[in-house]
Amino acid sequence: MKKLLQEFSKGIFMENPTFRLALGLCPTLAVSTSVVNGLGMGVAATFVIVGSNVIISAIRNFIPGKIRIPCFIVIIATFVTIVELIMKAFLPALSNSLGIFVPLIVVNCIVLGRAEAFASRHGIVKSIFDGLGMGVGFTAALVIISAIREILGNGTIVGLMVARSFEPALLFILAPGALLVIGLLMGGINFLSEKK
Amino acid sequence: MELNQLFMIAISVIFINNFILSRFLGLCPFIGVSKKTEPAFYMGLAVTFVMTASSVITWAVYIYLLEPFHIEYLRTLSFILVIASFVQLVEMFIQKTSPALYRAFGIYLALITTNCAVFGVAVLNSEMYLKTTGNPLKGLLFCATQGFFAGVGFTLVLLFMSGIRERLELCDVPGPMKNMPIAFIVAFLMSMAFMGFSGFRF
Repeated sequence: MKKLLQEFSKGIFMENPTFRLALGLCPTLAVSTSVVNGLGMGVAATFVIVGSNVIISAIRNFIPGKIRIPCFIVIIATFVTIVELIMKAFLPALSNSLGIFVPLIVVNCIVLGRAEAFASRHGIVKSIFDGLGMGVGFTAALVIISAIREILGNGTIVGLMVARSFEPALLFILAPGALLVIGLLMGGINFLSEKK
Repeated sequence: MELNQLFMIAISVIFINNFILSRFLGLCPFIGVSKKTEPAFYMGLAVTFVMTASSVITWAVYIYLLEPFHIEYLRTLSFILVIASFVQLVEMFIQKTSPALYRAFGIYLALITTNCAVFGVAVLNSEMYLKTTGNPLKGLLFCATQGFFAGVGFTLVLLFMSGIRERLELCDVPGPMKNMPIAFIVAFLMSMAFMGFSGFRF
């Protein structure tokens, strides 16, 4: 049990996919304009990571080594299609605002990275916890970035106004703001971890 | 009339909706391969070629396979498979026919398979041009144009970035900001400059 918890927590802190490994940056920057979008993207990606991890670790002994990457991609794409269809049916507004980044989960390096580095070498239960940890880490990073951008750029958080007298800077919602926020956050995290 | 539209597409994907700076597609090679100018240029060429070719291929898949059988929901699955196998094929072809070219491009081609810009242009094409334009050949023209010029825009920004980062090597960047964080700050400034283009009206 302790080991499983370790697999879970390493994705959130020590090997955080966004801040530590710098994987999956494209969706992180593109959809983090509001907390709702960030959370939606994070949950969708978590579902895909956990689902593909389970299937890949279940059939890992049957996949020939040479064509493993195409096999992984087919499995991942299947889960992405499931997410795409569910989102279009039940959350059309979210699906519209995430746009092409829902199908783009298929080329998110985090998903393929976990399949290759973890799920193809470990058992099902361990892979579930690894996938959950990575997914939660990714979601947490997305929520942090999108919270900063939404507060500074729109003056709201989860749609609620922060302060009446606050004049939001639209720049943070636009494309450049995402690059500035992630650059400064990464620098800040490097600074803190060097201090320790 | 059509030439006008093609010109609009070109200007739009190179400057206004640049794939890297405003759509955030293909950030991994943008940060990873932009330390020196020469590899950045080769990467840009490889991406442009693959983007154009995969735009055409995914157009064919969509028009002749997905639409007639009403299985558009398999778009993600079929596009990624077609693109990945196409890149593999090109890699094998170049390896056999021209080892010199393979030494220059081989490693970048392998990286391109999971480049979201290539997959992104295919998905964008299908959203923007395949569903709306009635004439399939017109759709092909638009898709190929968008694919090619998206690659040109990608190469342009990659070259700018590598030029700046070569100079940055000589600067005294504060320790924690070295490498990736400072690259993002540079990208932030470039992105602001490119935002000026969004005021263009024709």
